[in-house]
Amino acid sequence: MKRMQKTTRSNFITYGIVIVGTILFQALDSAGMLSSLLSGLLVPLCYFMILAVSLNLVVGILGELSLGHAGFMCVGAFASAFFSKIMDGAMPDGLRFFLALLIGAALAGVFGILIGIPVLRLRGDYLAIVTLAFGEIIRNVVNVFYIGRDANGFHFSMKDAMSLNMDGGEIIVNGPQGINGTPRDSTFLISAILLLITLIIVLNLINSRSGRAIMSIRDDRIAAESIGINITKFKLMAFAISSALAGVAGVLYAHNLSTLAASSSNFGYNMSISILVFVVLGGIGSIRGSMIAAFILTLLPELLRSLSDYRMLIYAIVLIIMMLVNWSTSGRYMKEKIADWFRGLRKSGTKGVS
Amino acid sequence: MSFLSYLINGISLGSVYAIIALGYTMVYGIARMLNFAHGDIIMVGGYAAFYAMVNGGLSPILSVLIAMVICTVLGLLIERIAYKPLRSAPSLAVLITAIGVSYFLQNLALLLFGANTKTFQSVVTFGGISLAGGQLQLTGTTIVTIAACIIIVVGLSLYINKTRTGQAMLAVSEDRGAAQLMGINVNSTIAMTFAIGSALAAIAGCLLCSAYPSLNPYTGSMPGIKAFTAAVFGGIGSIPGAMVGGLLLGIIEILGRAYISSQLSDAIVFAVLIIILLVKPTGIFGKKIQEKV
Repeated sequence: MKRMQKTTRSNFITYGIVIVGTILFQALDSAGMLSSLLSGLLVPLCYFMILAVSLNLVVGILGELSLGHAGFMCVGAFASAFFSKIMDGAMPDGLRFFLALLIGAALAGVFGILIGIPVLRLRGDYLAIVTLAFGEIIRNVVNVFYIGRDANGFHFSMKDAMSLNMDGGEIIVNGPQGINGTPRDSTFLISAILLLITLIIVLNLINSRSGRAIMSIRDDRIAAESIGINITKFKLMAFAISSALAGVAGVLYAHNLSTLAASSSNFGYNMSISILVFVVLGGIGSIRGSMIAAFILTLLPELLRSLSDYRMLIYAIVLIIMMLVNWSTSGRYMKEKIADWFRGLRKSGTKGVS
Repeated sequence: MSFLSYLINGISLGSVYAIIALGYTMVYGIARMLNFAHGDIIMVGGYAAFYAMVNGGLSPILSVLIAMVICTVLGLLIERIAYKPLRSAPSLAVLITAIGVSYFLQNLALLLFGANTKTFQSVVTFGGISLAGGQLQLTGTTIVTIAACIIIVVGLSLYINKTRTGQAMLAVSEDRGAAQLMGINVNSTIAMTFAIGSALAAIAGCLLCSAYPSLNPYTGSMPGIKAFTAAVFGGIGSIPGAMVGGLLLGIIEILGRAYISSQLSDAIVFAVLIIILLVKPTGIFGKKIQEKV
């Protein structure tokens, strides 16, 4: 361990946390020690962590504020659910889910590139609002898709289910009702493995030549350009990888519940903002931080469920207080004081021993 | 004729967006922060006027005034408690705090007023007029909304350009440090901006609920986002920009809903926004910022 570089060691600690956590929760779950609520939350915990880690790649490493992350999740979810629905029974379940994952990730990545090309020309708040706009457009457009299949093949409409002119058969995508009866392939183990793969991809990217190029763009765009870094290429790279990983989270989401509909609560800007909250509270640029923040903040409202109506209010207050403690001058002063007090405690402790 | 009535509806909705966008744009120009809670202040304004009218039995004008007072106090409180300590924090931290305030207001309203949608009774009491032999109907709400928007924009421009506090606002938005050195009280100027923005949000809330009479804790959320879009559209920080952006957005939304697709009207609005920003990356009236190496 000692010969390892600091970053490598830190990465292995992150992987270790995930592996230990997975084994722990898997054991608790199979021993039946988790409440049904908590065991139903295991897959969501994983995809929220994937979302937080992938958004951190854009917000923390590339340094651009994106408010449309849920849109890419939506693309991944619908593409994969559509594929799983039409291929249900045509191939083994494992292979079908694997292909669904690839399709979801690839399509979300393609959307990331398509949207990234115009969006990444903008900067700051303008970039934020355009990503928000794209996210809302994706959600709106998905809601007017009607796709059905009968003996004559596929029917497509953007008006309503009647205008599909179906001859028996089955409606696969039903506008605002979305896709029903997706096979429930997402298990906790698969989700945890995908989280681990996400972490490996993101952490390796950060420590690679490309990752350093991306961070140099964040720190000083003009200086980076003047030493010959292709800004568009690296920005797009970070954006596309982040989108593809959000697509993976979408695949997990779609195959966790049997109904999939794009509403403002699951793929709207509210979701994008919740993911951003994970990233910011976990520490911008800290991959392990956003993972842990996503874990805690997903569990928090559920653990506060006994407080029923007050839980979201408490969540909001916790959010505001955490930001004030972390960033206001008096809050930082207080934190410093507490840290000093702890240091003093540790010093007197070691003195006592020697 | 139907085109004209759609256009007027669009202008009316656009006027509401413009009033909200003015609040957004002023706060952004002076405090350099995206106040995501602005949309929820609209909702609070709506509820205040609703309860003043229904439970208090007050006249509509008095109810709107009460809503304005409540929202102003609320805006000042939010600024003092949540935003002022974060003056020197990175903008993302302030953004998340604003999101926290937005969640807080929504859930507080959910607890206090319940999740049921309330039917708002229009604050405009006089009936509409009909033009062109009854083919073109103008409701009272439409007329008052458009008039209110014009009065507010003219009044605000005069206030900013002609009064000392208005000039102080301009100075703070130009360069906060230099303004402080010139003896301008930056904190009270920012508080003033929040007060004006929140009072405008209260008016917008009453007008919005008069035109679309359903009021629930999430009423302000989508109009807030659209008004923010409108502010960016016109060039954030610019007052004429907010007005033009708001009007355009309202017209595009209503015409899109009428002629293209009712389900896609939001998508159309956002698509136009994207196109405009790609052609003119700082909005219609936005200042181009020269980058120095």
